[in-house]
Formats: sequence, structure tokens, C-alpha cells
Amino acid sequence: MPLSSIKDYLHESQLFLGRVIVSGMLVILLLGILIGRLFYLQVENHDHFTTLSQDNRVKLEPLPPTRGLIFDWRGSILAQNLPAYSLEIIPEKVGDPDAVIRQLSQIIDIDEDDISRFRRLRKQYRRFDSIPIRVRLKDEEVARIAVNRHRFPGVDVKATLLRDYPQAMQTAHLLGYVGRINERELQLIDTSNYSGTSFIGKNGVEKSYESLLHGKVGLQQVEVNAKGRVLRVLESHPPQPGRNLHLFLDMALQSTALEALGEYNGAVAAIDIRTGGVLTLVSKPGFDPNLFVEGISAKAYEALEKSLDNPLFNRAIRGQYPPGSTVKPFIGLAGLEYDVVGYHQEIYCPGYYQLPGKEHKYRDWKKRGHGQVGMERAVVESCDVYYYGLARTLGIDRLHEFLSGFGFGQPTKVDLDGELAGLMPSRHWKQRKKREPWYPGETLIVGIGQGYFLATPLQLASATATLANKGRHIRPRVVAGIERADGSLQESPMIVDELHQFDPEHWNQIIDAMALVVEGSRGTARSIRSNDYRIAGKTGTAQVFSVKQDEEYDEETITKRKRDHALFIAFAPVENPRIAIAVVVENGGHGGSVAAPIAKKVMDRYLLSKGAGAISDAG
Amino acid sequence: MRAKPHLSFHESQPAQAGGLLAWLHIDLPLLSSLLLLAGIGLVILYSAGDREMVLLQKQLLRLGFGFMAMLALARTHPDNIRRWSPWLYGAGILMLCAVILFGELGKGAQRWLDLGLIRFQPSEMFKLILPMVIAWFLAEHRLPPTPSRMIAAGLLTLIPVLLIAKQPDLGTALLVGTGGAFALFLAGISWRLISATSLGMAALGPVAWYFMHEYQRQRVLTFLTPESDPLGAGYHIIQSKIAIGSGGISGKGWLNGTQSHLEFLPERHTDFIFAVISEEFGLVGILALLCLYLFIILRGLYIATQAQDTFGRILAGSLSLVFFVYLFVNAGMVTGLLPVVGIPLPLISYGGTSLVTILASFGMLMSIHTHKKLLPT
Repeated sequence: MPLSSIKDYLHESQLFLGRVIVSGMLVILLLGILIGRLFYLQVENHDHFTTLSQDNRVKLEPLPPTRGLIFDWRGSILAQNLPAYSLEIIPEKVGDPDAVIRQLSQIIDIDEDDISRFRRLRKQYRRFDSIPIRVRLKDEEVARIAVNRHRFPGVDVKATLLRDYPQAMQTAHLLGYVGRINERELQLIDTSNYSGTSFIGKNGVEKSYESLLHGKVGLQQVEVNAKGRVLRVLESHPPQPGRNLHLFLDMALQSTALEALGEYNGAVAAIDIRTGGVLTLVSKPGFDPNLFVEGISAKAYEALEKSLDNPLFNRAIRGQYPPGSTVKPFIGLAGLEYDVVGYHQEIYCPGYYQLPGKEHKYRDWKKRGHGQVGMERAVVESCDVYYYGLARTLGIDRLHEFLSGFGFGQPTKVDLDGELAGLMPSRHWKQRKKREPWYPGETLIVGIGQGYFLATPLQLASATATLANKGRHIRPRVVAGIERADGSLQESPMIVDELHQFDPEHWNQIIDAMALVVEGSRGTARSIRSNDYRIAGKTGTAQVFSVKQDEEYDEETITKRKRDHALFIAFAPVENPRIAIAVVVENGGHGGSVAAPIAKKVMDRYLLSKGAGAISDAG
Repeated sequence: MRAKPHLSFHESQPAQAGGLLAWLHIDLPLLSSLLLLAGIGLVILYSAGDREMVLLQKQLLRLGFGFMAMLALARTHPDNIRRWSPWLYGAGILMLCAVILFGELGKGAQRWLDLGLIRFQPSEMFKLILPMVIAWFLAEHRLPPTPSRMIAAGLLTLIPVLLIAKQPDLGTALLVGTGGAFALFLAGISWRLISATSLGMAALGPVAWYFMHEYQRQRVLTFLTPESDPLGAGYHIIQSKIAIGSGGISGKGWLNGTQSHLEFLPERHTDFIFAVISEEFGLVGILALLCLYLFIILRGLYIATQAQDTFGRILAGSLSLVFFVYLFVNAGMVTGLLPVVGIPLPLISYGGTSLVTILASFGMLMSIHTHKKLLPT
């Protein structure tokens, strides 16, 4: 070995020795601090802690608040808490949970789903937390466990309150549901306030009003004996129960709408024009939210998830459909307001439209054409050629500006979680998303509510309400009021945006045209004409271009799923508008024959049945 | 397997006194103190686990497995350990990525990699792999390392630490990170760099506070004033302080701790077992236990100074210091000096794969100490 490397070696081991000595001293120093701390706790404060430990017959127990109830407009109950017995295991106290579960299953039924749920929860909870193995025990099962209880330390029957949705399917999407708090939610909540609470709102009203519905946790100090059993309650700070919510929702309308949809899938949204209150919000098909409360079985969940009908999908606020011809009244109004067309000014419709110098023919739904049409006939008979021309004259920039004013392309900000914004295309959007310039042909199809243009059913209903209100845009809201502790109602605030002042004459012209859609002899929705009140409406048909790629090819379903969506928007009564409604019937075909009658049934129910009208007048 | 590249000193003289120990490559002081510690642990576990024999059996099984891993590694030549280091590191990183990938799919914190029959926690392995790879990397060249090599070693540390923190498993990330940091420290990075880094970390505190979520701030506040959250995280600390303080100088006696047996103290046989010892055996008992720990740590550091090559020195030194960090972070947490992070009391807390990795790390220490070349004189 050369001398220099030996020197290096010596240098290195000296350096290392130095570092080790420093580390050793650090170790001793830190241990010294630790011992100092122990001395402080065990010698200096020994008396203090001894007293505490003797007083530590006193345990703090959380008192979880009961969750607020949810009522519909008439006061019938939509979400409640029902007492239920569950069998719970504290893993820390039982040596081998699997063995205990095996023994328990000889006394009561415990199936695969129960066990897999228990395993899943066990990973999320701490060892000393109580975890349910069976829920909703029958009385007989409770008795059988009581008899055998001495055999199972660490296993207990707990009386809990389980959330229950009596209207099940009908309100599933609107209310959402509660479920066990998961790890991600645990990161976001105040864990003290949730000690003793195992459920949290996962969706819909249950989620967006979580903090109000949950309430504030209470505390009680209890004295325990040497075995830890509670002897008496020393001090108690009662919990603040969750607040009850009253919705604008009218169950009578909700079930009417759901029934009227019949075998179709789709969505219905109805809004009280004077308050913005959501009277009906239906998404079909639904699902049973009660299944989710105690954890749905993997099999049942997979069935829901994989269903082609997509029952878990809330079409009313997340379904984005091409609005089709239902946008024509709005675009007509834009034409009048920007003064690019007169109400009585006519054009000739040959059944197609061509851009100058281009071969492509943009077709009208009526092959032979409508002949000479003014704005009124263009709305009543839904002439496409008229709107191709109008849209082109207006241009995409003005269309985007005007329609955005009615809430297209932006969330309605309804008090529900997970709402989607739809899409009101613009030059800017196309450049950003598609990295392409805007083409004139794309403006034309925006004019008939196709192309990139997408809207949710709730957006359509809200825009219709704004039209009926002649520019007074009230933000839609689901919750009408929140009950105070004394039972009085704290009304939820009404938020109003005024559109720019439009010429009153223009509003009246467009509304007249919409009334003729129903009342005119050639109106596309003449079949729903009512003798009791006047309806203003507009039909629409949205093309379904292609099936999604992840769906399996199946001759029968595919032809059904390729059929157009039927749409209808309306408000009534025309003179004193009270209800605005939007109906989307998936693969329903034509708006006038399929979607309009559904809207009619809901409006009939609201305006004609005795109780409903009177109550909502009071609001 | 290839033949061993070096004949060790001991193997060439198998007939010497203590032939069996030499053949096993056991360091007697370490082995006996570890066995003593494990034995004490079982006695305490019997009390903390409410005399539950099932817990003891399972713990014994884990200890048996751990000691076997220790024996196997003690007989492995350090040169082989060094040669495996980079490969183990690479494989470990791949497995961490796999855990994160499958964890994302499983939508939750996932630390385990399910390899069919066995479930495997790659982050745990890094408590061994990281000191190994840093030692391997730095031993390639003369010490102290050049700045660029220091940066590279820092990166080698940072990658697995970030991957583990993302799981999220902050406790393990902390231990793995300190393992790498100790290796660098022992390799002789300059004091100026050390003080600059620690100053930088201190300055980052307020900045981090600014970027924290509300709930994260809440946790920091809870640590500072546990009384403000008696139902939440504060509960553990309040109860464990009462347990320790009421133990006094001589303790309440084995099986007589009221805090633990009346179930006021949560996680009493896992992370908070230190409080049970303090309650039942008092300051005297806990000091005796700390002496035993100190002996093991100092023996480890002594082995490091006696090691013949850079790899052995750095590896032995940093493994011993990581063992100390285990002890200090756990005891600090239970006594309320440090925030609550889920780190067990080494060799005493029930469960945890950490038991096996700790014993395996002592196997490496023994291997370093007992495989020595005859130096040219």
C-alpha cells in the first residue's frame, strides 16, 4: 500500500472518529433532555399527575349530535334518522377478530359482504375504535347476542341512528346520501367535532349542507369504576343537533315527473319563477340511497356502476346535452336586441342554407322548406334555416356574450355539489381547447343549439325562468329555509342578477311566439294546449352523434341509444309566470310529442291541484 | 451463489475459543443486550396487552423471525452487502412506485405491495437500503465527498423519502430521511453545509405555515396546546402524560398501571407502550431501560469506529443512529416533547414489520464487526 493512501486512510478514519464522537455526544445530550423531561413529569409534577390519575375515573365522552332532518315544501319527510342496532367489534380488545367473527357467525348471520366491509373499515379506523360487523340487527338477533355476551369481550351491540330516505329512488340524486367517513374526508374535517360521528354527507344536499346538518358535538364527563363501566354522569355539555332543512322541492311534482318519464331515461328540472326555488329535480333512472348508508356491497355497486343506463349519474345537473332548438327563443331575442333583424322581417327558407361560395348544405328539419318565414313562425315551427342566417349575422362573439347572460356555459351556482357548467363555445375557448380558429359553419349550428353547445337540464330551466321574468335572473336554490333551534325558519337568501335593460316589446314578442308554439295550429307543441292556463314553450331535438366507445356493440340497444334526445322548455301561466320547466328525454325522439307532455303533467300538477298552488303562493 | 470473495479472519481459524460464536459471526455484547431488551419487551407487553397470550405468541413469532434475519445477515460478508446495495436500491424504488400506482387505484393510503402469498412493505426496507446505498456510494471515493457527490447522495436520499411521504407515511419517511442524513454526516460533510441546511430548514417553517391547509395548521396547534383538543389528538398526549407522571420514581408496579388497565391510554401496547413502562416501573425502571438502549447504541457506534473500510463505518454508524432516532422520536412523542407520529418503541412495541428490519440492521452491524481482513503491517 502506498504511503499516500495510508495517509488518506488515517485521515479518513480520524475524520470519521470525530463525527462518531459528535454523534455519541448528541445521543447523550438528547437522552439527557428526555431524562430531564421524565424527571419533570415523574418527580416534580408527580403529585399533580397522581391526582389527575386518581381523578381519572372521569372519562370524557363525545356526545354526537343527531343529524338534521330534511323536509319537502309540504313538510313531508325526505331524510330522517331511524334507530337501529349494530354489532360492533373493538379490534384492540379481541385478540383475533377473524376467529371472533367465525364464532359470532354461529349465532347470527354474517355474510361475505359484512366481512369485507369490516375489513375495509378496519384499515381506516384505529385499533381502539369500535367497528361494525353487522348492521340493522333484528330484535331476535340482539337477544341471541345478549345471551352469549359473556363469551365475547370487546364485542358490543350498539344502538345507533341510521339515516333513512323514505322516498328512496325518487330523491336519490337531489338529496345524495350519507356514508361512513373515509380517509380522505378525515383529512378535511374537524376530527373533534366528528368524534362519535361515523357518517358524513357524500353527495347532493347531504354534502353541500354537511356542516349545518351535522351540528356540533357535545361532551360528557362520566365517572367510571375500576372496570371502566360508567357509574354516573358528572357534567354534560349537550350537543347542538344538526339543523333541519326545508326544501322548495314538492314531492307531488317530483313523483309526477318521474312517473311521466315512463320508460325513458332523462331529467326534469322545474323552478319557481318568483323565488328561484327548485320545485322538481329528477334524474332517471335513480338508485336506492339507503343501500349506501351502511356501505353498499361490492356486487350491488358494480351492477349500478356498470349499468348502461348509468343510474348513479345525476343527469339534472351533470348531464350536458346539446340544447337543440330550445335555444331559438334566446337567439331570436338576441337578434332583436342587437337590432340585426326585425320581428316581422321575413326570409325565404328553401329547406337548406349555404354559406356563400361553399358547397355544403346546412339542412332544415323540413326538407321542402318553410317558404317565407318571419321570427314568429321561425319559433313556432322551429325553422332551422332562419336561425342559421340569424346566427351568422350575429356572429359567434355576440351569441356567446348574449347567451352567457342567460347562464349558458356557466354553473347555475345552485346549492348542490358537483354541478357541471355545460359549454357555451367561443373563439377563445376553441383556440384554447382545440388549438384551432373558429369556423363560420360552427356559428350556424350554434344557432340551432348543436355543435359544441351543451347545457344541463337545470341550466335550461333557469334560463327559461329568466326569460319568463323578462331578464330578472334569480339563482336557483334547493333549500328554502333552515330551521332555527326555536323552530322558526331562517329563509335562504334570494340572489338576483338583473340582465341589461332590454326593450319590453322584444320580451313580449318572443314570449308571444313561445305561446304560439303551444297554441298555434302549426305549433310544434300544440298537443299540450291547455284550457285552464296558457303555456309558453319551445321544443327541441338533440342529435346523438355516436355511441361512446366504451359501450359494447349491441344491435338492439345501439339503435335505441342512437335515437335523438327529445327536449322541451316551458313556463306558465304566460301572463303571470310561476313555473319554468326543462325536460330532457334521452333517446326520446321528438320534443313536441315526447318531452312536452311530461312538462304539461308537471305544470298541471303544480298549477291545477288545489293544495300545491295555494301553499306556493304563500311563499 | 458464487464463492465468497474474501476469506475472513475468523473463518481461517475455526478452532479458536468461542468457535461457535465466531462461526455464527455473532457479537456477543450486542446479541445479549438485544435478547435482554426483547425479553423485557415481552414482560411489558404481557401487562400492556391485558395478559393476552395471543399477543405474546404473535410477538414471539416476529422476534424469532427477526433474530433469524439477524443471524443470516451476520454471516453475510460486508462486501456482498455492499455489492447488493445499488441493486436493492433500484428494486426498492421500483416497488415504491408500484405501491403508489396501485395505491392510487385502491383510493387510499397504501403501503403494502401484495405479492400473492406475502404482503410486503417496501418503505420499511428503505430503513436498511438507504444507509446501505449512501455508504456504498460514498465509499467509492475518498472522503470527505466532493460537493457534486454530496448533491448526488442527497438526491439518492430525497427520492425514496418523497415517494414514501406521498403514500402517505410521514413516520417512515422521517426515519428513512434521517438514515440518509446520518450517513452523509458521518461521511464528513462540512460543518458549514450542516449549519446552512439547518438554518434553511428553520427559515422554511413560517413559509410552510403560510402554505398549509387549515386542518394541518390545526394539527400543529394541537401539538403545541394539546388541552385545546381533548377529544382529538390531544387526548393521547394528555393521557400519556398522566400515565408517566403518576408513575413517579418507583412506579405503580407491574400489571398495576391504572391508566393503562382502565383503558384511558390508547394504543398502549403499540406506539404508547413507553407510557405503560413509565407508569408501572417509574423513573427508576425507565432509566434502567434507557441505559440498556444507550449501551446498544454506543456498542453500535463502537463497531462503526472499529470497521476497516469506509462502507462498513458509514453503514454501521448510520444504522446505530437510526436506532436511536426510533427511540428518541417515540419517547419524545409519548412524553409530549415531539408531535404525535406513528413510530414504535424499538423492540418493545407490539407488531410492526419494523421489528424485523431493526434486528436485520443489527445483523449487518455484526457482519461488519466480525468479518475482518488482516491488515498489512
